[in-house]
Order: sequence, then C-alpha cells, then structure tokens
Amino acid sequence: MTATAEPEVGKARLRKEDARLITGQTKWTDNIQLTGMLHMAVLRSPVAHARIRHIDCSRATAMPGVALVLTGEDFAAEQGSLPCAWPITEDMKSPPAPALAVDQVNFAGEAVALVIADNAYRAADALAAIDVDYDELPVVLDMEEALKDQDLVHPDLGTNKCATWVFDSAEAGSGTDVEEAIASAEVVIERTFRQQRLIPSFMEPRSVVVDPSADMFTMWSATQIPHILRWMLSAVTGIAEHKIRVIAPDVGGGFGGKLQVTPEEVLCLLAARRMGRPVKWTESRTESMLSAHHGRDQIQKITLSARRDGTVTGLKVELLADMGAYLRLVTPGIPILGAFMFNAIYKFPAYRFECTNVFTNKTPTDAYRGAGRPEATFAIERMMDELAVELGMDPMKIREMNWIKHDEFPFTTVAGMTYDSGNYEAATARAMELFGYDDLREEQKRRRESGDPVQLGIGISTYTEMCGLAPSRVLGALRYAAGGWETASIRMLPTGKVEVITGTSPHGQGHETVWSQIVADRLGVPFEDVEVLHGDTASSHKGMDSYGSRSLTVGGTALVHAADKVLAKARKLAAHMMECDEADVEFAAGSFSVRGTSTARTLGDVVLAAHVAHDLPEGMEPGMDADATFDPDNFSFPHGTHLCATEVDTETGMVKIRSYVAVDDVGTVVNPLIVDGQVHGGLAQGIAQALYEEAIHDEMGTLTTATFADYLVPSAADLPAFMTARTATPATSNPLGVKGVGEAGTIASTPAVVNSVLDAVRHLGVRDIEMPLSPERVWTALQGGSADASTPAAGGLGSIDAQGGQS
Amino acid sequence: MIPAEFRYLCPSTVDEAVRMLAEEGEDAKVIAGGQSLVPVLRMRLAAPTALIDIGGLTELTGVRDDGDSLLIGAMTTHYEVQRDHLIHDHALLLKLVTDTVADPQVRHRGTFGGSLCHADPAGDLLAPALALDAVMIIAGPGGRREVPASEFFVGYFETALAPDEILIDVRVPKYTGWGAHYEKLNRVAQAWSIVAVAAAVQVRDGTIAAARVGLTNVGAGPVRAVDVESALVGQPATAEAISEAALRASTGDGYKDNLARVLTGRALTAAVAG
Amino acid sequence: MHISVNVDGVTYADEVEPRLLLVHYLRERLGKTGTVVGCDTGNCGACTVHLDGHSVKSCQMFAVQANGHEVTTIEGLARDGKLHPVQQAFRSNHALQCGFCTPGMIMQAIDLLADEPDPDDETVRKGLEGNLCRCTGYQNIVRAVQDAAHRMRPGAGPKMEQHSDDHVTATQPVGGE
Repeated sequence: MTATAEPEVGKARLRKEDARLITGQTKWTDNIQLTGMLHMAVLRSPVAHARIRHIDCSRATAMPGVALVLTGEDFAAEQGSLPCAWPITEDMKSPPAPALAVDQVNFAGEAVALVIADNAYRAADALAAIDVDYDELPVVLDMEEALKDQDLVHPDLGTNKCATWVFDSAEAGSGTDVEEAIASAEVVIERTFRQQRLIPSFMEPRSVVVDPSADMFTMWSATQIPHILRWMLSAVTGIAEHKIRVIAPDVGGGFGGKLQVTPEEVLCLLAARRMGRPVKWTESRTESMLSAHHGRDQIQKITLSARRDGTVTGLKVELLADMGAYLRLVTPGIPILGAFMFNAIYKFPAYRFECTNVFTNKTPTDAYRGAGRPEATFAIERMMDELAVELGMDPMKIREMNWIKHDEFPFTTVAGMTYDSGNYEAATARAMELFGYDDLREEQKRRRESGDPVQLGIGISTYTEMCGLAPSRVLGALRYAAGGWETASIRMLPTGKVEVITGTSPHGQGHETVWSQIVADRLGVPFEDVEVLHGDTASSHKGMDSYGSRSLTVGGTALVHAADKVLAKARKLAAHMMECDEADVEFAAGSFSVRGTSTARTLGDVVLAAHVAHDLPEGMEPGMDADATFDPDNFSFPHGTHLCATEVDTETGMVKIRSYVAVDDVGTVVNPLIVDGQVHGGLAQGIAQALYEEAIHDEMGTLTTATFADYLVPSAADLPAFMTARTATPATSNPLGVKGVGEAGTIASTPAVVNSVLDAVRHLGVRDIEMPLSPERVWTALQGGSADASTPAAGGLGSIDAQGGQS
Repeated sequence: MIPAEFRYLCPSTVDEAVRMLAEEGEDAKVIAGGQSLVPVLRMRLAAPTALIDIGGLTELTGVRDDGDSLLIGAMTTHYEVQRDHLIHDHALLLKLVTDTVADPQVRHRGTFGGSLCHADPAGDLLAPALALDAVMIIAGPGGRREVPASEFFVGYFETALAPDEILIDVRVPKYTGWGAHYEKLNRVAQAWSIVAVAAAVQVRDGTIAAARVGLTNVGAGPVRAVDVESALVGQPATAEAISEAALRASTGDGYKDNLARVLTGRALTAAVAG
Repeated sequence: MHISVNVDGVTYADEVEPRLLLVHYLRERLGKTGTVVGCDTGNCGACTVHLDGHSVKSCQMFAVQANGHEVTTIEGLARDGKLHPVQQAFRSNHALQCGFCTPGMIMQAIDLLADEPDPDDETVRKGLEGNLCRCTGYQNIVRAVQDAAHRMRPGAGPKMEQHSDDHVTATQPVGGE
C-alpha cells in the first residue's frame, strides 16, 4: 500500500463508472434475463375520470403465450395502497391508492389491468384484446375550479382540497407580521406566476424484474431509492422485509422521477409471487410520460412589500399545488420544501407562506430536480426584478442592498433556517466580471435606441437552496415518516484493498469515483484500491438513498466518520505493534509512525495484523471494519449568481440564449469535473422549463405531450455553451465543507432566463410571459395580447394520421 | 412500444411491388425508409396486415439528369439528396430544405419519396416540391401516370396516390443558377416547423426574373405563395421590393400569418443574396 | 422470416418475426444490450447503431430490413482491447453521467466525424440533434467530440488510434434504404 501523492479531494479524477458505460457493458434493469422469465404489460386508462363498469379479459386470456390477465379486482385483497410518507398536516386528506385501479380510474394513464405473457410482444398483443367498459365522470383539471368542490376527484373525501400548510414568521417567532408589513409599506407588489407541469424525462425508461425463487423476493428496479423501496414494499404488501431484496443496478438518470414506490413495482412483485416465476416489466416512453410522476405545477400568488429606497419589508406567498389524482411517496411535501426558500438570500423581516394542495384528475406530481426550491427561487427572483422595475433601480443593486452580507453568517432567516456560510458578494462579483455585464447593458441600450428587431435582455438569479436532506429532527417536525441520516461502511480487506458500502444510490452522479477519492485521502490508500458497493440491500444493508443533493453532504460525511473509526482502531493496533503509547502514534500518507523515530507500520500492515489476529491488544476484535451513520444538524446552503443574456426576435418571438454565466458556491469541491457536469445538466433542465417543456392536458384530461416528439426536451442544438466558475465558502455543518450540487443549476437558471427575456421586451410594454416562453407566447405578449397559454405549436404525433400514405 | 403483427413482403421490381399491393388489398402498406411509419406502427396508430418493403428496389434510388429536369428516385435517401451534385447545381432549394429534415440518423434512412407520400403538413419537403413544380411519377396496376405536385397534395396527410399505387420518381425542373433558401422556425431542433418558407429566386441584372415560394405548415397541405411570386417578378432585387412582396404571404393577423410574412421576407432576402 | 445479419463482425442467421424491431433483435436475441431503447418515436437516439457504415436508429427499423446488411453497435467499437478514440474522448471529457444515452451518442458522434473531421461547436451540436441527453447539458459531449476529432486527425497518434472502426467508415453510402 502506497501513499497518494497529492490530495484526492479537489482532483479532477476521471470516473470509474465510465469504463462500462462507454463500452455497452452497463447493467440496466431491462438487460436482465432470467430462466423462465415472464413479461408483464400494463393496460392504462385512456380516460381521466371514470367508473370501471366491466373489464372483459376473456379474449386476451385465450391468446397464445398469455399466462395470466389480471384486473384490480383480482389484486384488491393483496395490493394494499401505495404509500405516502409525508402527511404534511394532521387533517390531510389521503385517498386510497391502489396499484391497479379497482372500480374507478382517476387519471389518464392509470393502470387498470395487466398481462403476463412469455414475451413482451405477446403481452402487448394481449393488452389490445382487453375490453374495458368505462362510465365517464366529470373531469377536474383546473386547481381553482377544483377548490369549488363542484365535481370531486375522490367523492369519498368530500373535497378536492388535500391540505393547507402554513408557516408564519410572527407565529414562529422568526420574524414579524407580514400583514402589518404590507399595510404599512411604501411599495407593494403583487404578482401571480404559474409553474407549469413538467415531466422528469430520465433517459432510461423504468424497468422492474422480480425473481421469487429461493424463498426470497429479489427485485431489480430502475430506482433512486432501493432502501426506501424495500421498506415500503414490505409495508404495502405485507411481505416480510427480510424476505425482500432490492437491487438498483445501473440506473439511467432519475432527477427525482425515480424517487418513487411505483404501482408497477408492486404489481411485478405480486405477479411474480402469483406465477412463482421471474417477471419483468419495462415501460415504453409514452407509458413513462403518462404514468411516472410529474413535477412542479403550482400557481404562486406573491406579495412583496418594500420601502421606496428598495429595502424589502415583507413577503407573502400563497400557493396552490397540484397533487394530481393521488398522493405518491412525497407528493404533498414537495411544495412545502419551498417554504423555507422563498425569502432566499434576502433579509425579509416578515414572511408568511401558505400552500393549499389540490387533487385533480391528472398524473400525480412528486419530486423533480429541485423539488419545491426551483419554484421558490423563481418566484423571489422574478419579484426582485419586478421591485427593481417598480422603483427604477438596477436589478443587481436591489438584490445587493437586501442580501445577507458575508460577515453576517451564520444567519438565521425569517423562515427559521440558519445559513451557516456564504459569500454572495464574491460569487456575484465573479459572475459580473465573466459576463461582461456593463458591455451587455451598453449593447442593450444601443439596440433599444435603434429599434433593432432583435432585442437584448439580461437576467439575474442570485439564488440559494437548502441541500443535504436532512436533519432527522427537522423531518420529524415536518411530519415526514422517515429520517434523513446516511450510512457508510468500510471493510479493510486483508490485502489492504478497501471496500466501501454506501447507503446512497447513485444513478449518474459518480459516487463510485467521488467516494473513492474521499476514502483515498482519509486513509492514504490509492484511489484505485477502493471499490464502492451500492444499491443492493443485501450488501448495502441500510441507507436513505439519493435525492435532494444529499449524497455527498450526508453520505460523504458518514464515509468520513467510518474512515475515522477505521483509523482510530488502526492507531490503537499500530501502537500495540510498535510497542509505544497510542498518544505517540502519528498517521500520515497511509502510514503510522512513532513520533520522533523511524519506526513505522503502513495501514496495510496494521490491517493484516488485525485480520490474522495473532496478537491484538486486550479486548480488541479481529478485523478492521467500521460503520458510521451520520445525521446532519443542519441543511447545507449552496448559493451562486447566474447571469443570462438572451436575444429576443421581436418579429417571431423566438428566444436565443446568447450567453450564460453560472458562478456557484457549493463549498468544498471534491471533483471539479463532476461538479461542472452537475451544473451543466442542471442548467439544461432549468432552461428547458423556462423555454421548452410543458406537460399539457386537453379538456378531457388526456396528456397531449406523451412522446418526445411533443414534450420538448432540448437537444445539443437548442442549448448554448455555458460559462461556469466557482467560489468556495466551505460549509461549516460537515467535516468536508461540502454543500451539494445536484440541483443548483436547475434551481438558479429558470428565473435567470425568464428575467432576461422580460428585460429584453419590457420597454415594449410586456409585463410577464407564462412559461414556457414559446415563440408564440413571446410574440403574442409583444402584440399586447394575453401571455397565457395559447394553442400549442402544431405538429407532434398528435397530428399523425394513421391512414397516411407511403412513408 | 411494439407493433402489431404483419406480413412482410420484399418485391424485387416495381411491377412486382404494384402486383403485391393489388393482391394484398387496402390493408397493405408500402414501407420506404420507415422513419415516419415505424413510430406509427409501434404506437399502433396503424396496423396494416402486410408491409411491402420497397427498400430493395435499387431502380428507385438516385438522381438522373433528364434534359430540362431532374428525375429523383423516390427511394433516394435524404442523405443522398443532401450530397447529390445534380441537386446542388439544379435544385439547390431541395438540398437546403433536406439539410433541415429531422436528424442525421433519420436522413440516412428516410427517403425523398416517402416524405412526400406521408404528406405531413409540417413535413419540410412538401412546400419546395409544390413551389418547384415537381411532378410525381406513379406506378399502378394500369401503368405509369404523372401528377403535378399541385394536384398530388390533396389534404391533411392525404395525397392523390391510390391505395394500389406507388410513387417511383419525382421530376423536378432545373433551376440552374437560382438563389435559394429555407427559413424554418421550430421550437427545438427536433420539433416540426411552426411555419417554414421555401424560396427560390432567379435574379438577372439586378432584377427578379422569377420566384418560387412555398409555405410549410400553414394549412392542411403545403401552400404556394403565388401572390408573393407574382409581386416579385420584374421588381429590382432590393430589400424594399422583397418586404413589399412578403406581406402578401398571408393576410391574416394570427401568429402563423405573421410568421408566414416575416419568414417569407427572410427566405427571399437570403435567396437573393445567395 | 429468415435473415442473415453481420453484427459487430459476426454473421448471425436467425428466424425472426417481421415485426421484430432491430433494437430488440440486437438486445433480446443477440444479447447486445449495449444498445438501448429510450423512446417510441425515434427522438432520443439512444438506440443508434451503424447500418452499413451510417448511423440509424435501431428502434426505427425492423430486423428483417437489416437482412444482408452490416450492423455495428457500441460493443463492436473497441479493437484488441483498445477503446475507439471517441469512447476515450467521452471518458476524458466527462461527457457522460448516467450513461444511458452514451452508446447512441458515441455511435452518432463517430458518424458525424466521418462526414465532418474537424467540426466546430455548432456543427457538433447540429450533428447530435437526434440524440437526447438529460444529464450533461451537452457541454462536455460537444467538447468530447471535438477532442476525438483532434485525436483522430492524421498524425495525431498511431494508426490504430486514428479510426479503429475501419469496416464502418470504409463502406460507401448505399441506396435502397
């Protein structure tokens, strides 16, 4: 075992994961083939709201290769109800959520029957032969209409209102009364924003394989949460938890979209149990878009009060959040995650947040990259621009005069959060410099004066977010059903190689690489000597999985603690081996030595000694393994300044991003390549919300954007090159000083783009444009028309005529 | 998603293909490059009983010089059209439009004739085919017939092709030396055009001698902007004349009407310049 | 229907249903699971392979249409244990995260570089417009393709490294598709 030459933390290590991913050797769930494996296909409701009168499976059952056709009635006794782990209030309304609809469907895409056949093609054929007789019910789609309770999504609940959750700084004692602040304000700005519905659109469609053999149910699933899934599957089906093993093999992206306990996971498990044979289900893209959970979908009414000099005095947030038809794993809590972030980096003395969750006949919503925080950041960053316009001030100036100064940390906000560290001035200064802010303002002025058909806009987003989900006590106070800790284990092998077991579950983030770097540094072992095991409940016995930018801050810290435990034991044994006092043992670069002497033992020597156990100190157990579980005291608070310049073609409404600068402060950086990559991808998704993506339902509740031809995920040709840079203010809440980076780009970028477009056309009379800023909406706004959603752009597979000619 | 079952037939001549089509009846379908048809089959929006694959008919590929016009085989791929010298020299507009069709993978398999027969109003090749006075050469049980583009595109995803007929060649008059441009507005690169304008202009001594303008996705089929064309003829090739003529691309006040005018102006400007 | 297809240098003879998509033939029948399915409509490009030297979407054609043709997948790129320069460049530039789009991206990037040996930023972006990635924002993919172009330039390295995918690029465009 040799020492590493330079610190691993901070090094741009190429990823260990890549070798299999670039050669096609990856283990996706859908690659799994088991002897005797059957295939499951799911029939989905084409209607959004209906009673199921009758399902006729007789034709399907008789088809070649079909082993079984089942309906919700067949599974009613065993399927239980899909779990919601976040009952946000005591009186929250929560309807039963069957994996397979029993007598009523509540959104288009809901599973109503399943086929088990000997191959996927025959299973698909049999779906087409199932006849379902629906009695259609009135469809509830609009949140404001839904709250009138005229038509009910779930009649048994008596209302479409799921819950109302309130935070009030006066009641909480973290600030003053917002109504008073508004009543006495010199300036009051009130705006309503719509967060459109989005589809996470991970690239790997979901897939599940269940093997029921050997007195154990082994499930492979394309999931972000193997540990939570195992627990919940047991809770839902009654199968003992120790008889379930969940494996998340290579998982192709998630973005919150695979943070779920899905109907299909439950159905695949029950089907495999019933058949006594392995069963696989892999979704099509359209199935994914119809039935995997969606994200966002809020109406935000925001009231901001300020003084004429630009000082903010109060913020009132009134939200309506669309749950869709059911409460999935953390559906009701998603908008609540935003509650602590609307005040953002600004020193509001008074704050009130009130969110009403509403049921509609749409696909359930749940976590999507950022989860609650992008919504909050969008609203506050749009409002800061609105305030600047109202007061005729520079939008950066008004942010600067209201944000927390670097010497004011730690700072307890009006929402009750304590921001441990940050330096908004530094990040902003760096961003302004890279962006060429003043030159762009000059050019903007010239274009305005000359009446250029292409106008230039500058958009700012000075954001923070809360990451590192989460201190368990906070989750408990928020009525979340689980904790927020994370676990790591280190197994020192007799040859000195290291196995790391983590409770995080990476699906693109590069934990195998980054965890290796952390351990290599801590133990002084080569990067290559570390193997990271994850995503299998049999080897990684406990964990809270990956989401909410938590893996490094929480899981990485657990790993540091586990390494420290290994070192503590090794130091004791090294002292014993070198016959010295433990206090005289020094550890550096993978080697223990006696202070002031040349006597030394490498960690490898010590590990071997521990393993053979021939001569251990009194009471010491053989072996050199350690487990650690870390429960954070606080969240972490990455921040940054994003600047976006857009060119708006006033003749067509087309928006083009001219330049984009992101300066992020994510604390200590373990691997700059990976951090930059996370930012790039986050930016793409945030920009896509601003400009391209929207899940659209027609008046019948049918999703009309259920393919990639209709739901506009941008390609390389649609996005600009990004300029990224960093400032680094280490977090004080964990030993690594890390803050999390998974969601920053998504959270920051949406308001930067929208602010930029509005800045380009505001002098032409445009006040607001609803997202996504399609060319038609921008043009319509420029004509002085309503900026609301108009007819979607033509084309798309919705327009394909099956009778078309030769093609 | 998985298509329903079908029988697969592989004719080796056009005549055999026509015969098969007649034998199989109305539920059979011809597959060319399949880049629009395969998704339709996978989503089971169509379930033909038989597919007649004309992919093996090498007689239908390639571009030939036929005196005053070019003959483009229906099975010539977009990729081949993009790189064909005859098309570059005599029908530059077709090359420029084809450059924007779908994406590189689709252009490797998708065919010129297949796109025209699919007749998607948002499809890129319809408007230039119409504007350039292309003529469809069609094989059927009764032999060959020719149909001008103006009569071929009859509606939304609908052509004059009878169920037992196959498009085999497209005759395009030569536009040697004409300037050309395709101005396309779509939300993302993969999306269909909201509106696009195909323009070809012949300029002699600073005067517009002739112009062809076709609009994509403004109606159930491609639209030829004849008013724009006639307004241009005899005018000086100036920005003023072009803007004036472009206003005639549409008279409405909707978004697409606006785009038709704006993009026509831009397409003509670029065509004159290039 | 009986077909004979050369995949990654090996000729396979199989009986297939006409409706069997090429990508399913590769994955289910031949075990070539490096090529993946990401959508139903030909938009995502994850299933991109080369057919007679040109990139195609293997979910947009039937296995029977590949009869008598040559298919190269991500699994057929490395030669004698050496990665193709494009594979290498994807790793060196951190051009992948979850890696699901990566096989298709790499296959399309190779096709692009065959036509455009020295592409600028915009040419790369246009050349990859038929491939969706949800993780990377494309920035490092664009960089990787340009880096690969550099690695593959004549004189940039041993011949082996320049383009190990000989049988793919040597084939001229064929008609009749």
